[in-house]
Amino acid sequence: MSRVLVIAEHDGEALNISTAKSVTCAAAIGGTVDVAVLGHGIDAVAAQADGLEGVNRVLAVNGEHLATPLAVNWADEIVALGADYSHILGPSTTFGRDLMPRVAALFGVNQVSDIMEVTGPTAFRRPIYAGNAIIDVETPADTRVVGTVRTASWKAAASGASAEIERITATSAAAGHTRFVGMEAEGGERPDLQSAPRVVSGGRAFGSEEQFELLYRLADKLGAAAGATRAAVDAGYCPNDMQVGQTGKIIAPDLYIALGISGAIQHITGIKDAGTIVAVNKDPEAPIFEVADIGLVGDLFKVIPELEEALG
Amino acid sequence: MKILVGIKRVVDYNVRVRVLPDGSGVDTDGVKMSVNPFDEIALEEALRLREAGKADEVIVVSIGSDAAQQQLRTGLAMGADRAILVQTDTALQPLSVARVFRALVEREAPGLVLLGKQAIDDDNSQTAQMLSALWGRPQATFASKLVLEGDTATVTREVDAGLETIEIDLPAVVSVDLRLNEPRFVKLPDIMKAKRKPLDVLPFAELGVDIEGDLDIRRFAPPPQREKGIMVEDTATLVQELKNRGLI
Ligand SMILES: Cc1cc2nc3c(=O)[nH]c(=O)nc-3n(C[C@H](O)[C@H](O)[C@H](O)COP(=O)(O)OP(=O)(O)OC[C@H]3O[C@@H](n4cnc5c(N)ncnc54)[C@H](O)[C@@H]3O)c2cc1C
Ligand SMILES: Nc1ncnc2c1ncn2[C@@H]1O[C@H](COP(=O)(O)O)[C@@H](O)[C@H]1O
Repeated sequence: MSRVLVIAEHDGEALNISTAKSVTCAAAIGGTVDVAVLGHGIDAVAAQADGLEGVNRVLAVNGEHLATPLAVNWADEIVALGADYSHILGPSTTFGRDLMPRVAALFGVNQVSDIMEVTGPTAFRRPIYAGNAIIDVETPADTRVVGTVRTASWKAAASGASAEIERITATSAAAGHTRFVGMEAEGGERPDLQSAPRVVSGGRAFGSEEQFELLYRLADKLGAAAGATRAAVDAGYCPNDMQVGQTGKIIAPDLYIALGISGAIQHITGIKDAGTIVAVNKDPEAPIFEVADIGLVGDLFKVIPELEEALG
Repeated sequence: MKILVGIKRVVDYNVRVRVLPDGSGVDTDGVKMSVNPFDEIALEEALRLREAGKADEVIVVSIGSDAAQQQLRTGLAMGADRAILVQTDTALQPLSVARVFRALVEREAPGLVLLGKQAIDDDNSQTAQMLSALWGRPQATFASKLVLEGDTATVTREVDAGLETIEIDLPAVVSVDLRLNEPRFVKLPDIMKAKRKPLDVLPFAELGVDIEGDLDIRRFAPPPQREKGIMVEDTATLVQELKNRGLI
């Protein structure tokens, strides 16, 4: 029977929503699901993990060198924990993408990246070519499965359960060659892009950082998170953590409003799982209209104020 | 110091990839092939480090068929000093690619290996992390800034929450993100010059790397299509439509 270990993503205080989504994917594999919370002073986070529906046991691993998620430190610890598990999963966020391939290499296996569907205990479905093709892959017999979970494909496991917490002292040692210096978080008051039910995104059409304020105003009116294209980020109109797409965030909000976005495949791949896509673009031929559920040909500098007014 | 740069030959990012009707793969017949965009950025960074006097030699490496010589020539035209083609007609998965790089690291003893954060064909995003693990040296993934100072590098990483900075000792593996730099354009005379630069072809078998643990790719399918949407005339209709659907 499968024994699945999910590596929790957290910031030392709160569990990231990607963990609850990974748990749902883990449950689809069948067997038991344990969650490993690594860090330093992680009781609060472990308590959140043990509430997730479907979790059998939480391994709370404490170590000073695990305080920040440096992959070189975390991977060794996970390899020590992982010996008893058939599957080890992390989310396909930058956290998991940094960490899990390292774990896979230490176990001598390839990683199954971006699992969007589980079709059997060792059979998975995942996107390639920016989502233009979906492949069915099978891991080799009698090897450990290491994978990342495409969070946009999975619903978060509910809270309300209460699993056993096992407290463990880290056995690995710090890799002296890699040192954490600091973290510059851009996040403001707006909802988190990766979990918000509504997202308003802007493209190059905004033309300046100042005019991006229009987007923020609309987002705030809708209680939405703010997103952007690579072009908008590269032009310096907004911070990099707003980028949606193949090389940014892959999201699945109920409502996605794309303003002045052409609809390049690298962008579309990040929003394919959105419930409803609304596109506003002045070019009726823009490819974004091919994926939009509701399209409006128009100038965003005119449409945004109208929207604001209509929303009251 | 030597810098090793990975150059993967991939379907150009502008091509709309189509799955073959029999599900055996994607259509690459007559399709434009290019250097993986992230690898161009990796090479650009290596060249800038050499130009700043922080590196002496930039070596571009591709693992693949003879056709990949074309992408290596592009790398040489951009300014790399020499190229290595690890020749194999088998499409290698990341663990094997990482093992090849590990073997090359043994031969070349680079101070830095610069790879792309992901190859845009398989979107695996694994090779740099795996090489770092196999080599037992630091990894800095998704780099948007790289500052070399003696034997250490300070790397700014693009992560979901913002920008993380770490410090690593060399030698190390760095995977690069889009905003690290803007790669230079290749000029015609550089293409001519590149023809005279050394390009070594190394048969894969010579490296003594075992291929194991490959994932079995069973079937390719086109992605599910979204249902066709509607167009509305004006903002008022848009708002009404959103209200009707219970979205606002
Ligand atoms: C390796 C690689 C990875 C990439 N990863 C990503 C990624 O993760 N995310 C991403 O987004 N991109 C990514 N890209 C870039 C992508 O290919 C496109 O270049 C980018 O998405 C275009 O952004 P845009 O739509 O804002 O700009 P443009 O393509 O320039 O489109 C602007 C649009 O605005 C419209 N417009 C102009 N003025 C107005 C107005 N006043 N009112 C209404 N509409 C107007 C225009 O008609 C046009 O359609 C990647 C590219 C590469 C090579
Ligand atoms: N066949 C290859 N030849 C050269 N470099 C490669 C190859 N495959 C992967 N790489 C390098 O590893 C990076 C990440 O690839 P991947 O892990 O496949 O997403 C690429 O951007 C390249 O720099």
